[in-house]
Amino acid sequence: MPMTMIEKILARSAGLEEVHAGDTVVAEVDMNVLIDLQFAGWVTPLRIADPERTAIVLDHAVPAPTVRDADGGPRARRFARDFGIDRFFDVGRHGICHQVIAENALARPGQVLTCTDSHTCAAGAYNTAARGIGPAEVVGVLCTGRTWFTVAPTIRYELVGELPVGVGGKDVFLHIAGTWGDATNHNLEFGGEGLASVPMNERRTIATQAAEISADFATFPADDVCRRFLAEHGAGPGEYEPADPDPGATYAAVRTVDLSALEPHVARPGSVSGNAVPISQVETRRLDQCFIGSCANGQLDDLRIAAEILAGRTVAEGVRLIVTPASQQVYRDALRLGYLGTLADAGAVVTNSTCGACFGYHMGVLGAGEVCLTASTRNFRGRMGSPDAEIYMASSATVAASAVAGRPVDPRTLLDREHSA
Amino acid sequence: MTDRWTITGRTWVVGDSVDTDAMYPGYAMKLDVPEAARHVFYALRPRWVDEVAPGDIVVAGRNFGIGSSRPVAALMRHLGVAALVAEEFNSLFLRNAINNGLPALTVPGVRDLVSEGEELTVDLEHGWARAGDRRVDVAPQPPMVLDILAAGGLLPRLVADGYLPAEGAAS
Ligand code: SF4
Repeated sequence: MPMTMIEKILARSAGLEEVHAGDTVVAEVDMNVLIDLQFAGWVTPLRIADPERTAIVLDHAVPAPTVRDADGGPRARRFARDFGIDRFFDVGRHGICHQVIAENALARPGQVLTCTDSHTCAAGAYNTAARGIGPAEVVGVLCTGRTWFTVAPTIRYELVGELPVGVGGKDVFLHIAGTWGDATNHNLEFGGEGLASVPMNERRTIATQAAEISADFATFPADDVCRRFLAEHGAGPGEYEPADPDPGATYAAVRTVDLSALEPHVARPGSVSGNAVPISQVETRRLDQCFIGSCANGQLDDLRIAAEILAGRTVAEGVRLIVTPASQQVYRDALRLGYLGTLADAGAVVTNSTCGACFGYHMGVLGAGEVCLTASTRNFRGRMGSPDAEIYMASSATVAASAVAGRPVDPRTLLDREHSA
Repeated sequence: MTDRWTITGRTWVVGDSVDTDAMYPGYAMKLDVPEAARHVFYALRPRWVDEVAPGDIVVAGRNFGIGSSRPVAALMRHLGVAALVAEEFNSLFLRNAINNGLPALTVPGVRDLVSEGEELTVDLEHGWARAGDRRVDVAPQPPMVLDILAAGGLLPRLVADGYLPAEGAAS
């Protein structure tokens, strides 16, 4: 029987001819990623499956904002040293785990990647069966090298047309979330002739956000754009075996997204499912905080477009614009390219790379009654601080333009200046 | 006759898409489990942590536990919650429950079966839920999952299998 993309990867990793929706399989994990939070209640294993298939990334709370977090650092360092884990991204080489996974080609086509964090589906952009499994299960994979999955039915998104200027992966995702609602206990598969116009950073934004509609895995094909990206980051074509869906595979639904017809979108506070609309339909709100960052939208291209929009402009009075690069690598690149200077000149606060404001932990926590427009991953009540704050969500371009206006605005009104100049 | 996978308890009923941040807010991640557990449902149902009693069952609607990988189940267990029952679970949240040794069962239509405060019985192994004289049959948990739950969660299981030292069972 023909298989979907994810069924194929899971069949291969489970050593089976075929797997289909409803099957429970035990899969070999090719890469298992531990994060800093893991080391708060850490018990060192007696033996582990394979240091080569293990990575450790310090990301959520670095440099440590609490003693509790600080105490995890030495445990992580000792563990990496004692067990010979070379892929250890300590403070200084750190970044948000999903960004570090991408930069170091830890996620490869046709392979299985697990990580503590819920947005691990991000690596589906590289044709990887990747998902978050939680802190206990990550220890399980660390020890045994494998875990189980119950295969969910797959929803396929056929992308057609071309992504217009000023419209990004976040908008594609918000359109999907707003139109079809959540996809709980389903896998997402992306493809279609429109995909070629979607760059890797935007694909990763889409794949990352799949967690917000409660999907399991979200995978893209390893097309030329993807292969080029991987080659640039250290994984040549001989180092992986991509998985394409079989013709005639069974899908729970096939949905078409016309990229050329999309406009920038905004999600209203609380959730994204059934709660995101084109920006022309969203109410005007006075903004207190604007945030560009996170695993979804703290990439170099996010900082680039924010710098383009903010060049020669200023953040509106009464608005805090916080920009958090997704990794030290992004930080250093953005510094060299001059983006950070442009952003700071406009009045933005550029922070160290970490999860920070995204999960309301440090560096940009919201107070009661405040309104935030964020390019990060989640708009749950209380996510970024007070449960009495409201969190709207949009692309980095929309957040940058809105920081200038002091209210949510269509970024194309400001980008036009660049393109007509 | 009691079966180890048959669990009966008084119910607390919450709605659809209750997310992890509503159960384990970011700031509570700076606290140890007993302290953090004081904040479960902090905005949704303030003071619930004072009312819930050991042996109670939390009943939820669709898409229960959407969100983060933070181990809410550890907090629920600390509060003495005996089981989670939902119309539908977010798959990561369900994994976290099982891996932390907290029994969980998907029961479509469970909110038509019980109202808050009523008693509910679920059987994970045979797959059914009963309230009063009404009973529905559902998919049971696979043996692999019951195995992890029987050990008290994945970490105790890893201790038993010789991967973790004995003190690993506590977390
Ligand atoms: S940036 Fe936000 S969503 Fe991404 S891993 Fe960090 S806390 Fe999670």
